[in-house]
Amino acid sequence: MRIGDFKESYAADEAVFSTSTSRFWLGGLFVLLAIFPFMAGEYLLYMANITGIAIVAALGLNILTGAAGQISLGHAAFVGIGAYTSAVLANRLALPFLLCLPLAGAASAFFGVLVGAPSMRMKGLYLCITTLAAQVIFEFFFVHWESLTGGIRGLNIAAPTLFGCDIGTEFGFYWVTLVVVIIAATVSRNLFRTRVGRAFIAIRDRDISAELMGINLFRYKLYAFATSSFLAGIAGCLWVNHLKSITPEHFPLHESIRFLAMIIVGGLGNILGAIYGAIFMTLIPEVLQTILKFFEEIYPQAMSFLFPLQTVVFGFLIVLFLVFEPHGLAEMWVRVKNHFRLWPFKH
Amino acid sequence: MAILTVNNLQLSFGGLQVLNDVSFSVKRGEIYAIIGPNGAGKTSILNCLGGFYQQEKGLIDFDGVDISRSTPDRRAALGLARTFQNIALFRGMTVLDNIKLGAHAHLKTGLLGAALYWGRAHREEMALREEIENKIIDFLEIEHIRKQPVATLAYGLQKRVELARALAMQPKILLMDEPVAGMNAEETEDMVRFILDIQEERELTIIIIEHDMRMIMDISDRIMVLNFGQKIAEGSPQEVQQHPEVLKAYLGEKRGRN
Repeated sequence: MRIGDFKESYAADEAVFSTSTSRFWLGGLFVLLAIFPFMAGEYLLYMANITGIAIVAALGLNILTGAAGQISLGHAAFVGIGAYTSAVLANRLALPFLLCLPLAGAASAFFGVLVGAPSMRMKGLYLCITTLAAQVIFEFFFVHWESLTGGIRGLNIAAPTLFGCDIGTEFGFYWVTLVVVIIAATVSRNLFRTRVGRAFIAIRDRDISAELMGINLFRYKLYAFATSSFLAGIAGCLWVNHLKSITPEHFPLHESIRFLAMIIVGGLGNILGAIYGAIFMTLIPEVLQTILKFFEEIYPQAMSFLFPLQTVVFGFLIVLFLVFEPHGLAEMWVRVKNHFRLWPFKH
Repeated sequence: MAILTVNNLQLSFGGLQVLNDVSFSVKRGEIYAIIGPNGAGKTSILNCLGGFYQQEKGLIDFDGVDISRSTPDRRAALGLARTFQNIALFRGMTVLDNIKLGAHAHLKTGLLGAALYWGRAHREEMALREEIENKIIDFLEIEHIRKQPVATLAYGLQKRVELARALAMQPKILLMDEPVAGMNAEETEDMVRFILDIQEERELTIIIIEHDMRMIMDISDRIMVLNFGQKIAEGSPQEVQQHPEVLKAYLGEKRGRN
């Protein structure tokens, strides 16, 4: 239970983790994340890695769609650009992983700004369709620019190393993912502590009065596209170095929609929400599959019926969330926290 | 002497003449009111000043700078702030963030600085917070709601937060579109007190549109009366009240005896 909450400086009041309680739990979380890889097997580490990659991508989309309100249906394509950039740089120029990472982000950010340019004249659904077009166009390039992307067979890359350590294993890569996720989350949070993030939200909430407040709408929309696709590119670089191969099939339209679903289920415009959403959307299908396997042992013949049901249950869960928790998992978390803040003395 | 000079402002939507050859100038430090019946073009004038509408003809000179063709964000940066008739706060943000947003044009943090939140970006935010707390939140008596999302606030408070946001823009001229519309007597008195204090302490020029005649007559230095997009009178409250054109616009004409 927490009593009283006094601060003596504005800096303390503006801190992200402003109470000793929240700092304590944050420390606890870091300890858990640090001992996890030593306890977990290959499969759990693999799950942790793909969840981490999804978190980075979702954090990116959360800036563009959640905060700045520009719906993007092309996020998977930006992840793809990052992945291909990283693979090509590693294969052709033998660049190390640590250099590929920012370059992949920069390449995605560049194309993000290109795709965002029409936002000067278009907004809402019209802009959304532009991003859909970008998704289709980039997918086309992934498939048909064979000399660079390897066409539908895709590309393979060697196991990456970092400071001489092999990070090609699930265990090694876990640390890379963890650090990148922490940096990405910190950067996203920082944006919203300054005028840049405030301008994003202002554009989402009321673009006309945002402009009358002195915000250059076009510039800040491009900023949103750039940061969002930069993070997407980083996620793409992680992706390809984790799987060590890519094909165009990894970045289809429904992957873009899955990213959108992540930030909606998590809570639009909320950084914790993007993280929860990414975890939810990555882990729940796996959990459902595990439950199915359990049933398979009891009723082997029911699988042909149960297997497609997995998708149905997953979809149904999302609908339930939107109906009962429209502000997403993040809001739910706040309520649970508030409940325990006064626990066990309710009044 | 004049901080704002508007010459021959002309605006129409299709066939509808909204503003017809309106000229006026506002002196530094005065409260200048624009009144007129509904549809007279009062808000359209503010929209032209703020850059949201682009007039067809006419020049706007703001403190020696010709802003006739400037973008809205440029005008805001020069010192033109605005509150809206129907509240235009950013509903997804807290009161504090809304006010901080007003200072946008005066801050320097770029994208990279924001991402790192280190050094200058951090210092700038802290200085901003302190300034807002001392000069705006204390002044407008909204300490108790600073961390609340604006969507949950009562109407009168939302209007006050909007004023706070406009003050954070460090304006030279404050454009207020019906600041007390829909308020009860007590809220109106509070708002009037704030407006007068702002004018006095900060030497701000205020251009105000309002239908509450008693308030307008009490606080304005000069009043311009519009009807059907045309300026029909200008002067002190007493002069305007007795102007025959104004009486005609508001009360109608006596039917002539046949």
